[in-house]
Amino acid sequence: MSHIKVELKKEQVAKLKEICKSFNNEAGELINVLHKSQETFGYLPAEVQEIIAKELNISVAKVYGVVTFYSFFTMLPKGQHPISICTGTACYVRGAEKVLDEFKRILEVKVGETTPDGKFSLSCLRCVGACGLAPVVSVGEKIYGRVSPDGVKDILKEYE
Amino acid sequence: METIKLTIDNRPVEVPVGTTVYKAAKTLGIDIPVLCYMDLHDLGIENKPAGCRICIVEIEGRRNLAPSCSTACANGMVVKTHTTRVINARRTVMELILSDHPKDCLTCPKSGRCELQDMAVKLGIRNIPGQEYAEMSTYKKDFSPSIIRDVDKCIMCRRCETMCNDFQTVGALSAVNRGFMSVVAPAFEQDLEKSPCTYCGQCVAVCPTGALTEVDHTPKVIRALADPTKTVIVQTAPAVRAALGEEFGLEPGTSVTGKMVAALRQLGFDYIFDTDFAADLTIMEEGTELLTRLGKHLSGDKSVKLPILTSCCPGWVGFFEHNYSDMLDVPSTAKSPQQMFGAIAKTYFAEKMGKKREELVVVSVMPCLAKKFECQRDEFKVDGNPDVDYSISTRELAHLIKEFNVRFNELPDEDFDRPLGESTGASIIFGATGGVIEAATRTAYELHTGKKLERLDFTELRGMEGIRSATIDFNGLPINIGIAHGLGNARKLLDEVRLGKTNYHAIEIMACPGGCIGGGGQPLHHGDTSILKARTKAIYAEDTGKTIRKSHENPYIIKLYEEFLGKPMSEKAHHLLHTHYFDKSKKDIFI
Ligand code: SF4
Ligand code: SF4
Ligand code: SF4
Ligand code: FES
Repeated sequence: MSHIKVELKKEQVAKLKEICKSFNNEAGELINVLHKSQETFGYLPAEVQEIIAKELNISVAKVYGVVTFYSFFTMLPKGQHPISICTGTACYVRGAEKVLDEFKRILEVKVGETTPDGKFSLSCLRCVGACGLAPVVSVGEKIYGRVSPDGVKDILKEYE
Repeated sequence: METIKLTIDNRPVEVPVGTTVYKAAKTLGIDIPVLCYMDLHDLGIENKPAGCRICIVEIEGRRNLAPSCSTACANGMVVKTHTTRVINARRTVMELILSDHPKDCLTCPKSGRCELQDMAVKLGIRNIPGQEYAEMSTYKKDFSPSIIRDVDKCIMCRRCETMCNDFQTVGALSAVNRGFMSVVAPAFEQDLEKSPCTYCGQCVAVCPTGALTEVDHTPKVIRALADPTKTVIVQTAPAVRAALGEEFGLEPGTSVTGKMVAALRQLGFDYIFDTDFAADLTIMEEGTELLTRLGKHLSGDKSVKLPILTSCCPGWVGFFEHNYSDMLDVPSTAKSPQQMFGAIAKTYFAEKMGKKREELVVVSVMPCLAKKFECQRDEFKVDGNPDVDYSISTRELAHLIKEFNVRFNELPDEDFDRPLGESTGASIIFGATGGVIEAATRTAYELHTGKKLERLDFTELRGMEGIRSATIDFNGLPINIGIAHGLGNARKLLDEVRLGKTNYHAIEIMACPGGCIGGGGQPLHHGDTSILKARTKAIYAEDTGKTIRKSHENPYIIKLYEEFLGKPMSEKAHHLLHTHYFDKSKKDIFI
């Protein structure tokens, strides 16, 4: 697992402690605390997990275990423009994988990663319910349908 | 007591309510195989994730096979443990577990002692269908100073997690990720070295496979033994002699002190010495420190902290450096016996022999994996040369003896060399929980009161309970003693001390269950805690058999002080036999 070292600000630490406190610092509330913290910070870097571990009096290893178990949690900040490629069945059979490969090639990141400049992050998701438009890609709130590998370049251009 | 009646393999059995099918079968002498399940009954530890499903049985009237380790008996239940359906399903379960397991048995450090390998043999697995398509995991191996993690061999039984988190409360390990990628790992999948791991080795002691093993120092020892320019000295810890025999098929609880010495001589060590000697030395230093602190405390000196905590267990030292960094001045400053021995061997003994420290190689045989880490700590080196060069475990010694073609069980009993091989009964009991404080009590009592002890066996300090306490009458002065074994128990005791809620004068702490006899480097107990009890018995029997049973009466210890150290806690003693601790609470765990 690679890390981007994060220096938490005093207010952020205070906010985290407040979140923990709102769940009575109970170890059993770990998942709820993580949800709330991710809502607040957007992601769960190691530093955040350490504070939560301390506040709930559980080991950092345990917290990390839970964070990595649920795919909802992420340890990496989302990019300014989060890109999601649908790999549901319909999109998959219509070539989503090739589209995904093209994104990976151009951005030089893997799924779940963010470009070093923080601009784009890449993720996969399951069926968005727009199978008629397969393969589907979303960038932020915007949806693109019938995307072909060649179209990837043009999509990215829009955000330059 | 309310009971339940059922039949297992056509035999009726009556068990208390809540008993699992697995345990009920055991009472009938039926051993249902288990992998993830582990019950360390006397320690109150049970690992029951019900994850592996190797223990499945057929229960009449139920559609699915049931995991016996976690299925409670019910009245009238009809259980079958070896129907064709069960046997086929169990084999399939095993084949699935093995499908992504490295087929490394020939070179695996766990081979021959591996529960997974044994299970494959027991179930008669002859091929693993579909393995040519099975994806293999490829995690990097993690080498720490004491322990190697090879998690490709992990079967996710989570026994290590139970030991590290529930019993030791260290929390270095947790199951991470999900599905195929899941493993047990430290936070952020960092190396163990960057975690709060104490190297107690209790995870290694229970791991059924080769996923967790010790760093093997025997090749270095073999090289040293073959080097004509080196004088190779060996020291053996008290708990080793009470367990080594198990590796050669002897009954648990057989003391093999004499054979062990004979074997070490055959291996070619130049001097066979005893860590017990250094344990006596520890008592002289720690006992004197206790009495000094006590004296000052009684005369009203508020700057003196009580209780004093023992410091001979490096697992425990690591634990308080990480978790009680606000209390670093509470433990005794005395080094562990291993390190005291090394310091004396490479000064006093080296001088006696007219040798330079570089010409000596000190090898320790320990029941412990934390000692491997300890002997590499910088503060135990002089100009880069460590006081103790290599530390090998009881298991490694057994292996060395076998590799050197020695027929162990037929060896005659031989004696340790002098001067550093002489020891007392007090030092032997260091190997069992409560032993260090009992040994200290024997000496401190006599030094403090000037009277001879009439009774040497302080049975009130012995036992297997996790936390114990007793008050010993020092001729009108009541001394309150606390004892904990297992770091979780230590934590409970220490938290009370931190809050000022106790009135102990001295506390003994050992990281491992039962003390060193249950150390992470001992022959594997495979979940049978009666083995630990048998070893404890052997330790106390050795003590009783000794003519000298008090550390301060060891003639070679007396001589060492006369010739070299002066008095306990003298400047020289301080320099050689005492140490200091480090705050590791803020150790950065990121890359
Ligand atoms: S862990 Fe056990 S089964 Fe696996 S390779 Fe080692 S000996 Fe063989
Ligand atoms: S050696 Fe002890 S502290 Fe370290 S991971 Fe194993 S059980 Fe935990
Ligand atoms: S490392 Fe060993 S003890 Fe821990 S879960 Fe894996 S197989 Fe079990
Ligand atoms: S031993 Fe019962 S499920 Fe693993």
